[in-house]
Order: sequence, then structure tokens, then C-alpha cells
Amino acid sequence: MDLLTVLQVLDSTVRLATPLLLACLAGLFSERAGIFDIGLEGKMLAAAFLSAAVAYTSGSAWVGLGAGIFASLLLSGIHGLASITFRGNQLISGVAINFLAAGMTVVVAQSWFGQGGRTPQLSGAARFEPITLPFAEALREVPVLGPIYYELISGHTALVYIALLFVPLTWWILFRTRFGLRLRAVGENPAAVDTAGISVVWLRYMAVLICGVLCGIAGAYLATALQASFVKDMSAGRGFIALAALIFAKWRPWQALYSCLLFGFLQAFALRPDVIQTVVGFKVNGQLLDVLPYILTVIILAGFVGKAVPPRAGGEPYVKER
Amino acid sequence: MDAMPKWADVVLIPLISLILAATISALVILAIGESPVEALNLMVKGALGSTYGWGYTLYYATNFIFTGLAVSVAFHSRMFNIGGEGQAMVGGLGVALICLYVPWPHWSLALVGGILAAAIFGAAWAAIPAFLQAKRGSHIVITTIMFNFIAAALLNYLLIGALKPKGSMEPATGKFPEATHLPSFQDMFSFGETALFRGAPANVSFFVAVVACFAVWALIWKTKLGYEIRAFGHSESAAKYAGISPTKIIMISMMISGGLAGMMAINNVQGEAERLVLNAVEGAGFIGIAVALMGRSHPFGVFLAALLFGFLYQGGAELALWTKIPREMIVVIQALVILFTGALDDMVRAPLERVFLALKRRKRKAA
Repeated sequence: MDLLTVLQVLDSTVRLATPLLLACLAGLFSERAGIFDIGLEGKMLAAAFLSAAVAYTSGSAWVGLGAGIFASLLLSGIHGLASITFRGNQLISGVAINFLAAGMTVVVAQSWFGQGGRTPQLSGAARFEPITLPFAEALREVPVLGPIYYELISGHTALVYIALLFVPLTWWILFRTRFGLRLRAVGENPAAVDTAGISVVWLRYMAVLICGVLCGIAGAYLATALQASFVKDMSAGRGFIALAALIFAKWRPWQALYSCLLFGFLQAFALRPDVIQTVVGFKVNGQLLDVLPYILTVIILAGFVGKAVPPRAGGEPYVKER
Repeated sequence: MDAMPKWADVVLIPLISLILAATISALVILAIGESPVEALNLMVKGALGSTYGWGYTLYYATNFIFTGLAVSVAFHSRMFNIGGEGQAMVGGLGVALICLYVPWPHWSLALVGGILAAAIFGAAWAAIPAFLQAKRGSHIVITTIMFNFIAAALLNYLLIGALKPKGSMEPATGKFPEATHLPSFQDMFSFGETALFRGAPANVSFFVAVVACFAVWALIWKTKLGYEIRAFGHSESAAKYAGISPTKIIMISMMISGGLAGMMAINNVQGEAERLVLNAVEGAGFIGIAVALMGRSHPFGVFLAALLFGFLYQGGAELALWTKIPREMIVVIQALVILFTGALDDMVRAPLERVFLALKRRKRKAA
């Protein structure tokens, strides 16, 4: 085990944790405002498709990103309509959104590109390219710190850095602004917020829309940065891992970063069976690493390792007293 | 209190929701440059135009009856069981083990064995989330989702490892022995020269599913346990006050639910594939959600909704064969049905209630 192998695994940890982190923060906004969202997966998938399709057509990854956010916002709008305006069951709405995305992406992709439900390969400016941070090349030869800076910190796409910036930003919005205070209040006790003369509906819609934007970036990252095209079901359960990470983090932004890095690390680790064997000393089953996030979540939820208490008004539509 | 007559709630609302879902689906088909009318024609001909088509439609419907009943029973105790998919996978594991390792003398006994194994395995897989919900308060929806992934990984692990026959490259068990093969509709309904349902996978499990509908109906509406489940679903605090144990109701209703989802395996694993393959459930566990919502959690409604989805599934396969409409169109329709009958229920209900109230008022004025 040399430094380079360690750095390679950590490097792919960062790359694999990014979509989880974005989706996790998306869920954080929504669930802190009292709107459960198991439709993260579907929103990411829809965004992945539209971003890849538009990036291919327009030749610009940034235009693709915008389109991805738009697709995700559309589904967020449906979720808001169902769970805020019509006070429907938020979980059922989430399930519907996941299927809507799973079906529509393939149907539209097939009719748009005719390649069996995928988009053509993206190349050049249609894809987010890695950014080399300043002095990375120059410092590369510095022992230990040089390779860490060059391999691990530098050389990611713009979206990775954006995702990381969203962590302090989310913390600041939620815990240091008036909007954030109200947003959290609406997830704990909407009646009190209503009594204070602040619109519960408006706040919850804002939360759902922010969630849509973040899921949009997450999806665009999958198709235009991590990979170079959209393929059927490419979100591959990441929305649910993000949900798991959110519970793991007990609905807090910094902890969300740590749990996403942990789950990203498990994914990166599972990709390198050779490394696993040298570290652990025996062959570890890849499936075990894949399901570890889910098993950990079940254990955390069961309260065996500290109790995870969701926002109190989560999942319940708010009905004004008459 | 009752703004609407019961028939409106049971028939009219699902019907309007279905029409809304169908309209949007038609618009999608139109948008990708195909004709909705022609598509519907093809679907009807492909799914209902021959005994072969019916054989597929009823085969799919059998799966959906089981998973739809599973979601329904859980709904009655106000549990949302999204884990039907995983429970059906593990049910398949039960069927595979009992078919492969028990020497059955006759298919009828193997069927009973299959039903028991599938139900026990499915129920066991639902029991853990149910226990965690009842005792530790962890949300049933999240845990059952997690258990779907865990079940998929477990089957993956077993099918490329312990259960795969030596020398085989495919992630699947070996073929089940002859004596466990269930009679298909072709075996049962062909007389002399005329072979009906030729080559279609519908089998005797369909009748088991119908019996299950009656059993669930009797359980929910004719037994003390069913009463307790419904009471708990209506009001947990009232049920507790009446001496009903929440732990018991959550555990029992979820285990019945898991058992029903697991029983799907006698149809798709024992009846059709006659071995256990990867991804044998093919999303039927999730379709159960749509079926239960459309069927208003009543076994008869579930039966009709399952037939509808069986038709959509087989019709959709035909569409993919003859037009440019991909199979995933079914997933879109399924999503729209869940959306309109489940999440946007109030959008349909509120205006309808207003209409009925206005009608009532007018009647009162006239009198």
C-alpha cells in the first residue's frame, strides 16, 4: 500500500461522494421544512437525462446543467403541488416521482436519440472537465503534501467544488439567517410559524424548490461530469443512499458531509477489490460493501447508535385551523 | 361529514384519476410521434385478443394481485410497505430452496410447500422492519426501502455463489425438478386438438391469488383481528384505549403483508421460470402500490386493478415489439396512476365533493 493507491481511493471517494452530498443537502432542506422526500432518486435521474441531452445538443455543459436543474424543478413542483397544496401523502408522491422519472427519461431519450434509451457520448465542452488548481503542477514534486494537493484536492470538476461550498452555505442559511430559522420552525411546528403571520405554504414551497435545484446539480454531475452520457437508471439508488446519509447525519449539514464521504468511501473501496484484500487481509465480498450504507442506516434508525429524530412535523400536511 | 355517496368514493374518484393518467399518457405518446388510438388498439389486441395474450395478462395480474394485496393489508393498519419488492425476492429464495432441496412426489404438494416457504420467507423479511417500527420507532418506509436493497444484494450474493450450479456461468439456480412444475393454463384448458393459452406463462397460481383475495377480504372485514387492524389504522390512540396492542398489530399486519408479497414467488419463480434468476421480481412489488391505491385497498378493487395492470404490462410489451414506444411507457403510466390516485387524490376529490354538496343543497331546497 503506497501513498498513491491511498490517494487514488480517496480521490474516487470525493468523486463518488459528490452526487450523494448534493442530493443529501437537497433532502436536508426539504425535510427540515417538514416535507419528506423519497423522490430524490427520481429528480436526480431526470436531471441527469435532460442535462446530458441538452449538453449534447447545445455543446455546453453549463447549459446542460441549467436544463438538468429545470427538469428537477419540474418534479419538485409536482411534489410541492401534491404534498403542500393538495395535502397528499408525501411518501406516495415521492414514489410516483421516482417512477415518472425512471419511465419518462427512457421514453424521451428513445424518441430523441433512438439509441435504446441513452444519450450519445459527450465530449469536449459538453462535459465538465477537471480543473487543475493553481500551483498543482509546480508543487507536485513536494513530498507527501505535493501529491495530496495534486491528486486529491486539485483536479476535480467545478461541480465538486460547488457541492463542497454548499455545505457551509447550507449551514449558514439554516442556522444563521432568518429564513433558515423559519424554515426549521416550519418543520417542527408549522402552527407556530403560521401564528407569527408567516406563510407556511410559501416556506415549504421554497424548501422544495431549493431541494429541486440541488438534486438538479447532482443529476447533472452524474451525466456530464462523473460519466459522459446518460444511461437508463444511472442514478442507481444514489438518491436512497443520500436519504440514508441524511438520517445518518441526523439532518445536519456538516454531518451530512461526513456521512456522504463515508458512503462515498465505501463505494470507492468496493471498486478496488485488490486494495481491500491488502488492507483487510482477506477477500471481502463486494456486495457487502455495497449494502453497508443501507445496513448502517437501519441500525442508526433503530437507535442502537444514538437516536435519529426527524423534524417533528415531517411528512404531515399542514392544515390551518378553521 | 359524508359529502359524497359511497359509490362516488369507490368508483368515480378512481375512474377520474385513471382517465387523467390515461390522458397524460396519450399526450406523451402523441408527443413522441405515435398515435395513441393505434397504440391502444395494439395493446388490446396483444393483451386480450388471443388466449396467448390473456395467458400473459393473467400471469402478470397474478403477480400484481399478490403484491397489491400485500400493500393493501399494510395500508389498513396505516403502514406503508414499500418493501414488497424485497419481500417478493426473499419469497423467491424460499421457493427455490424448497423446490431444489425437498423431493416432492407431486406438484400439488410442491405448490403447498412453495406457498408456505414463500409466505414464511416474505413474512420474515417484513418482520424485521415491522419490529423496528413497533419497538424502536424507526420509520417503516425508510427501513423497508433499505431492506429492498439488502434483499437484492443478498440474492445477488447467493446466486453468484452458493446457489449457482457448478460449471454454470449464469447467476441463477439450477432448474427445479420436474415434480415441482406447476400446471400452466395450457395444461389445464387444452382439450384434444385445440391448445389454448399455448406457451403463455399463466398457471395454477392465478387461482391461489383469487383465493388469497377472498381470504384477505374475510380477514379484514370478518375477523376480530381484521377489526383490530382497521381500528388501529383509523386511530392508534383509540385502538390503544380499547386494549389493542400496537406492537402486535404492526407486527401481524406487516408479516401478513410480507407473506402475501412473498407468495408472488409461486407464480414467477415456481410457475414461470422454474428456477430462481436475478431480478426475478421485475418491479412487481412496486406495482403493488399502484394496484392497492387504485383498488382502494379492497381485495375486489385490487383484483380489478391487477387485471388492468396485467393488461398494461402485456399490452406494453406488444407496443415495444411493434412500435417505437419503449416498454418504459408502462412505468410512466404506473407513475401517473400512483400520482393521481395516491398523492393528488385531493385534487380530484375536493371539486367533486363541492359538486355533490351543491347537489344536496339544491335537493333540500326543492323539498
